Amino acid sequence: MTLLSARDLNVAYLPARGQRIWSVRDVDLDLAEGEFVGLVGESGCGKSTLGYALTRMLRPPARLESGRITFDGTDIATLSGEELRRQRRNGFALVLQSGMNALNPVRNVSHHFGDIMKAHAREGESSTASDLSERGAELLGKVELEPDVLERYPHELSGGMRQRVAIALALALEPRLIVFDEPTTALDVIVQRAVMQTIKDLQRQQKFTAVLISHDLGVVLEATQRVLVMYAGRIVEDQPSADLLTGPHHPYTEALLGCYADPRAEVVELNGIPGSPPDLSRPLEGCSYNPRCPLAEQVCLEVDPPLLPLGRGRAACHVRTREDARGAVTSNASAGPDPSEGGSHVR
Amino acid sequence: MSADVESTTPAGRRPAARSAPRAEVPPLVVDGVTKTYRGRRREQVVAVDDVSLTIAPGAAVSLVGASGSGKSTIAKLITGLERPTSGSVRFGDVQVGKLSRGGLREYHHRVQMVFQDPYGALNPLHTVEYTLARPCVNFLGMSARDAKQRVDELLETVGLTPPEQFAPKLPHQLSGGQRQRVVIARALACEPSLIVADEPVSMLDVSLRAGVLTLLANLRLERGLSLLYITHDLLSARVVSDDILVLHHGRIVERGVTKDVLQHPQDDYTVQLINAIANPYAAPGSTTPSAGATKDH
Repeated sequence: MTLLSARDLNVAYLPARGQRIWSVRDVDLDLAEGEFVGLVGESGCGKSTLGYALTRMLRPPARLESGRITFDGTDIATLSGEELRRQRRNGFALVLQSGMNALNPVRNVSHHFGDIMKAHAREGESSTASDLSERGAELLGKVELEPDVLERYPHELSGGMRQRVAIALALALEPRLIVFDEPTTALDVIVQRAVMQTIKDLQRQQKFTAVLISHDLGVVLEATQRVLVMYAGRIVEDQPSADLLTGPHHPYTEALLGCYADPRAEVVELNGIPGSPPDLSRPLEGCSYNPRCPLAEQVCLEVDPPLLPLGRGRAACHVRTREDARGAVTSNASAGPDPSEGGSHVR
Repeated sequence: MSADVESTTPAGRRPAARSAPRAEVPPLVVDGVTKTYRGRRREQVVAVDDVSLTIAPGAAVSLVGASGSGKSTIAKLITGLERPTSGSVRFGDVQVGKLSRGGLREYHHRVQMVFQDPYGALNPLHTVEYTLARPCVNFLGMSARDAKQRVDELLETVGLTPPEQFAPKLPHQLSGGQRQRVVIARALACEPSLIVADEPVSMLDVSLRAGVLTLLANLRLERGLSLLYITHDLLSARVVSDDILVLHHGRIVERGVTKDVLQHPQDDYTVQLINAIANPYAAPGSTTPSAGATKDH
């Protein structure tokens, strides 16, 4: 069952002067209940902005310019104030990038829990200090922290512990959707693995829908069932994780996979992606990836490819879509939304 | 770095003997070094515990370990930013821990550092040209005009071409990868014989890492630089270095040829590090050994 579906999302940053930066462009996506989805791409591709948009956490200068976000039947894109706050309870939550910056340095951990409980208390509901600390301890337990962490201040915690606290805070309202924005980026490998394990376990036990935002395709592929690849504000590929690894369709996904290798292999070759992503404050011509793409043809310079069904998912690439059509008997019926929803241009 | 050394002698305008093999380059020897800090409750915190290592001229050595293992402290001891509590760091006849301010400055002519955070390592108010010209003027005694030419060469070396496009830029006009290239160019500017790179790619996107790592590896081969590469990322250590040292709680727990150590780790901690790598090619189903169970507190 679909928990959240977004259509035609466009988010722009409005600087004090100068051009708008279109950080998320024409994004369509569906999240099924209990699904664990990854969202990957380079810095500046709009992945965090999209995560903020889905949880209605965008703040100026970012603005949701257009689009619908349906969460469990309610359009949350237009909600504001009290109605939005009410939706957050058992609704959607965001775990912020680097737990250290997400916590108030002059308040202890229990104060953070208190803030959330008070802000989202039901009418007439009031909780005593002992209720709060009991609930706080319970939530900390879920992320494998001891109750005494409640009395500590952020600077007394290690990076991994702070990140766990940030996750516990997101769990406080028992959300059905949690967006994790780069939850392990600032941590070293061993701690990163431990925190990711906690996230995976929690997701399995509590069965919430999870979106994991990361620039690290390795981390994402290990944890998720499906991966959305973003480039220059658009989703360019959407595939089951297992397929993405063995047969990426979009040349950008292929290039991203080339940035990894097994350090134990006999010969290790590491590729980067030459060039850099486009400037999103300027109008783009054709496919946004064309300056870096080894497959680029004339049509790629002229027409932005729509996100069409390909393989068991979707991809936005003229060349690969054509090759696939020629390869004939691929099962287009198997998955993916109606092609007409795919994008702004149809060839 | 002092900025007041504006070519003391007019003759100091020497067109630097670049890339000429410097036969006199000694190895860097860290001998039984221990560094303790005084903790907040006045207890002793041992950051580096009896570490010995040698970096031969032209060698590339990586130093790997989790955060808090003492990696950065070793970098600071080698670059003279900290003094050892006991033991010695020697570079030829230079006793690094005993250098005076002037001596340290002379030492930094030969040993340079590349920092982790390319956002923090560049002065946001200075252009790329200024940042790169300063060490040329200060260490090599170049005139402003020679320095300008040298800046162009440096930019080309690190792949920021055309140089005239990058020289007038301010750090905020560059991407993270471009900034890190500027930081590397600055370290190269005074023609050091050893570069200590402390997590130079950990703040960069995966897509940009390969470019910077290849640059470091090539510079070392072309210029006969020695390189100490500090990281927690074993994949990049494999790409950059011949030899590897694994650090745990301030002690070296394993050392050897990088490839051998990664393929046949002997120490438990090394095994843990290897298993912790997020590797898409180790398929999701293929159970990763229980190293994941390590707790972070």
